[in-house]
Amino acid sequence: MTQTAMEPTSAMSKPAKAASIPDEAAITPAHPATEFVRAFARNQSAILGLVLLALVFALTFLGPVIYPLNPYEMVDMPFAAPGGEYAPLGTDYIGRDILAGIISGGKATLAVGASSALISVVIGILIGSFAGYFGGFIDAALMKVTEFFQILPALLLAMLLVSIFGAKLLTIIIAIGIVSWPQTARLARAEFMRIRKLDYVNAARTAGAKNSYLIFAVILPAALPPLIVAAGLAVGSAILFEAGLSFLGLGDPNVMSWGLIIGQNRNYLLDAWWTVTLPGIAIFITVLGISLVGDGINDALNPKLRRR
Amino acid sequence: MDPILSVRDLVVEVDTGSAVHKVIDGVSLDLYPGKTLGVVGESGCGKSMTALATMGLLPDRFRVAGGSIQLAGEEMTTVKPSRLRQLRGNAISMIFQEPMTSLNPLLTVERQIAEVVELHQQKSRAEARDIALEMLRAVQIPSPEARLAAYPHELSGGMRQRVMIAIALACRPKVIIADEPTTALDVTVQAQIFRLLRDLQMDTETAIMLITHDLGAVAEMADEVAVFYAGRSIETGPVAQILDTPAHPYTRGLMSCTPRLKLGAQAREPDAGALGEIPGMVPPLGRFPKACRFAPRCALADARCTHDAPPKVALNDAHAALCWHAKEEAFA
Amino acid sequence: MTPAPATTAAPLTGTAADTGSQRDTPHGNLVDVQDLKVHFPLANGNVVRAVDGVTFKVARGASFGIVGESGSGKSTTAQALTRLVDPVSGSMSVGRHSLSGLTGEPLRLARKDIQMVFQDPFSSLNPRLRAGKAVREPLDLMGIGTREEREARVDELFRAVGLHPDAKRLFPHQFSGGQRQRLCIARAMVTEPQLVVCDEPVSALDVAIQAQILNLLKRLRQEKQLTYIFISHDLAVVQNICTHVAVMYLGQFVETGPVEEIFANAKHPYTWSLMAAALSPDDRDRGRERFTVTGEPPSPINPPKGCRFAGRCPFAQDRCRAEKPELRKMGKDHKVACHFAETLTPPLPELALAG
Repeated sequence: MTQTAMEPTSAMSKPAKAASIPDEAAITPAHPATEFVRAFARNQSAILGLVLLALVFALTFLGPVIYPLNPYEMVDMPFAAPGGEYAPLGTDYIGRDILAGIISGGKATLAVGASSALISVVIGILIGSFAGYFGGFIDAALMKVTEFFQILPALLLAMLLVSIFGAKLLTIIIAIGIVSWPQTARLARAEFMRIRKLDYVNAARTAGAKNSYLIFAVILPAALPPLIVAAGLAVGSAILFEAGLSFLGLGDPNVMSWGLIIGQNRNYLLDAWWTVTLPGIAIFITVLGISLVGDGINDALNPKLRRR
Repeated sequence: MDPILSVRDLVVEVDTGSAVHKVIDGVSLDLYPGKTLGVVGESGCGKSMTALATMGLLPDRFRVAGGSIQLAGEEMTTVKPSRLRQLRGNAISMIFQEPMTSLNPLLTVERQIAEVVELHQQKSRAEARDIALEMLRAVQIPSPEARLAAYPHELSGGMRQRVMIAIALACRPKVIIADEPTTALDVTVQAQIFRLLRDLQMDTETAIMLITHDLGAVAEMADEVAVFYAGRSIETGPVAQILDTPAHPYTRGLMSCTPRLKLGAQAREPDAGALGEIPGMVPPLGRFPKACRFAPRCALADARCTHDAPPKVALNDAHAALCWHAKEEAFA
Repeated sequence: MTPAPATTAAPLTGTAADTGSQRDTPHGNLVDVQDLKVHFPLANGNVVRAVDGVTFKVARGASFGIVGESGSGKSTTAQALTRLVDPVSGSMSVGRHSLSGLTGEPLRLARKDIQMVFQDPFSSLNPRLRAGKAVREPLDLMGIGTREEREARVDELFRAVGLHPDAKRLFPHQFSGGQRQRLCIARAMVTEPQLVVCDEPVSALDVAIQAQILNLLKRLRQEKQLTYIFISHDLAVVQNICTHVAVMYLGQFVETGPVEEIFANAKHPYTWSLMAAALSPDDRDRGRERFTVTGEPPSPINPPKGCRFAGRCPFAQDRCRAEKPELRKMGKDHKVACHFAETLTPPLPELALAG
C-alpha cells in the first residue's frame, strides 16, 4: 500500500516529495488507513452491503429480545400461511414458527460461517505462507497436498466427514473448514512469493531477522489485505455450504439454523413455499452483504480503483 | 530562424482534491529546427510535466491553466483532440525513459513501427513494412530483417530504446521530446544512443527537447539549456554559457555537486574532499516559497529574495537568470 | 560461534596457497573473498553465471568499489557477501566470520558486523514501521543493549545522519527520497558493523541529494572507521568515495587496483570504454571522436569461452577468443585480465599522457 503515498500519479517522473521533519506538506497524503476509510465510504454498494449485514446482525442478536418465541414450539397448524394470527411468517411442517426459527437460526448460521472461515483461513495462511516463503521442496510438497484437496469434490468430502463423525455443529464447522482452505493457501502463497522479494524484506534479513519474524511480522502484515477480503468471502461460502449440507439432511438436527429449516421443509416446497423461501432469503441477504463489503474492501485497498 | 516549438508563460495546475497547485508556473521555452534544448532539473521540478503538456498527455487532474504552446504556429493548448492525435506521433513524438513499459509487449517490432506510419501517412501494409525496415537500419539495429518479427521481450534494453527511437522518428517529426531516454541504460549503451540521436538529427533537422537530470548529458547533447527549479525555468542560455558561467546559484550548486571523473595525471592528485552541497531539498508542491523559490536553500539569499519575486536578469542576448544576484554571480 | 576478541585469527576456509598474510589483524584485511561463484538455475535447465569466480581482499578502513554495467554481477556479489543469496562455491570471510559455511543462528548473529544499504530508499523501508522503530529494528532483533540504550543509540544515529530525533515517529512515506536513504544509512550503522555493503546507494537519487549522501557516507566512514564495499555503475561516484576499485564484466573482475592507479593508468579496454562513455559537464569538445565499443554485454548464461569482452573489444585477436586471460599483476596492487595489457595504447588522451 505504499503506492498510496506516492501521490498523485505514476506519469509524473517523481511526484513532489513529502516535506521535511517538523510539519508535513499540504500534499503529503493521508495515512493509508484514513485513505482506506474514505475510499470505502465513497463506494455505494459497499455501504449497501454494510447496511444488509447490520440488518442481519440486528435480527440475530436483537430479534430474540423483541420476538422471544421458542422456535421448537408448535404455535399453530402445520403450514399456516404467513400473515396468520399466531405466526407472522407462517409455520413449518410441524407447526413451528418460521420467524422464530429464522431469528434463532441466525446465530448458528453466522457461527458456522465465521468459525469455518477462520479455520480455513488459518490453515490456508499457514500452508500458503510456508510454501511461498521457503519455496523449493517445501513449496512443492505443500502444493501437492493443496492440489489433492482441490481435486476432491468439496461437498462429497464434507458429506463423508460429517457422515463418519456425526452431524454435530462442531463436526460440520471443521468439515467445511477442512474442505475450503486451498483457495486461501494459493492466495497466501502468491502474496508471500511476491513480497519476500521486496527490498525491505531483505533489509530485515540483513538486520538479523529470524524466519519466523520475517514470515509473521514482516511479510504477513503486508499480505493481509487480500487475505482479509478472501476471509470475508469465505464466510459467505461457508454459510452456503452449511445450507447445502442441511438441505441434504446432514445438518445438526439439534441446533436451529437457516439451512436446517430449509432441509426439513424441502419436501413441501410446492405446498408451503414460505418454509423454504424465507430462510433462503435470509441466507441470500447475508451472503450478498458479505460479498458487497468484501468487494468494497478490495477496491478501497487497491489504489488503482480508488480514483474512479 | 523561427522556433518550431514555442512555449510561452505555461502554467499547469494539479487538483489534489483538497487544493489546486501550480506544478508549472510561467515557463517559456523555444525549440529550433536541428537544435537540441536540454531541460535539466531535479525530480518534481516540472520538466516532465512540461513535456506531457506539450504532447497533450497530461494525466488526470492536471490541466493547462495558462500560457501557450505553439507547434509550427499551431496552438496546442486549444487544439481539438482529433487534430492532436494527428499531430502526435507525426509532427511531434516522444521517447520515454523506460523502453520496456512504453512498447506494446504483444506486437512485433514491425507492427509497432508500421502502425504509426499506416495511421499517419496512409501507407499500405507493404510500404509501412519497408519504412519499418528502413527505420531499424537508421537506428543501427543489427540484422534488421530478422528483428522485424521480434517481440520487445526478446530485445535488450538498448535495442528496445532503439526501437522506441525508430517509432518516434518513423514519421519524420519536426520535434522529438526525449524524457530521460538513457537513464535506464548502461553508460556504454547511453553513449551509443546519444551518438545515434545526434547523427539522426543532423540528417533530419529534427528539433530535440532532451529532458534530463544529468549535466553531463546536457554538455554532450544540448545547444541551449533551460534549468528548472520548483516549476520555474530559472536559467536559460547557450550550453557553454550555462555550464561555464552559471549565473543562478542553483545552477552553480548543481555544477558543484556533480562528481567529475578525473583521469590520467589528475587522478593522482590528492582528493579534493567533499562534494559541493545544496542544503535541504526541493520544496514540495504547495509549499513553494512566495518570492524566490530557491531562497531557503541559497547562500546568497537576503531580505529582498524572501520578499520580492526575482526579476529575469539578462546577462547578454542569449543568457538570462531568474535571480536578484544574477549579475554579481555571473561576474564573480 | 561465540563472541571472541576481534584480533582472533579468522578461520580460513580458502584453498588458495597465499592465504598466510590474511590474518585478521587491526591493519590487515577485513574481507577476504576467494573464487566466489553465484549461479542461478533457470527453469529450462540453463544456469545464469551471475558471479563466476571472483577473488578479492579489502583492508580494514578501505572503501572498495565494484563498478560495472547491469548484468555484470556486481549487485549479486554484494548480496552474496550479505548472504542474501547463497554462493555455489568459493569462500568469503569478514573479520572473524567465515561466511560461506555459516547458517542459522551463527549467521544471524554475524550480521551484526555486516550491514547493507540498498539502492531504492522507497522499497527498502518497511512501510508499516515508524522511522524510529525501523532504525532500532536491528538492535531489537539481535538483542543488543537495554531498551534505554537502544533508544539513545537511535537518537545518536538520527543526529549523525542529519535527521532530527523527533522524526522517529513518522512513517517512511512522510520522508523524501534523500531522507529515506539517510534512515537506511542510520539503520545500517546502528549495530556498529565493521563492514557496510552499499548497493548503488545513490543511483536512485537526484544529483543534489546524491552529493549530500556521498558526503555523509564519506564522513561516517572516517568517523566510525568503517569498511565499505561500494557497488556502482558510475565511475565518477566510485572515484569520489572509494580507495580501491574493481571493474566487473559478466561475472568476473577484469581490472582491480587502488583508485589513483586505475584512473591514472587503466589497462583494460573495457575500463577504457567505461571511462570514455562517462559524460562530464565540463567537456566542451563534443565533436571529438570518442572511444566507443559496439553492442551490449552477452548473456551470462553462455559466456564466451575466451575473454568475455572479446566480442565487443576493438583490439580483440584470435588468442582473445580462444584463451581466457587471467588477472595478472601489472604493478603494485594493479591487476588486469587482458592478454595484451602491456602492448595496447589507451585510446583516451588523458591516459596516454599519464602512461
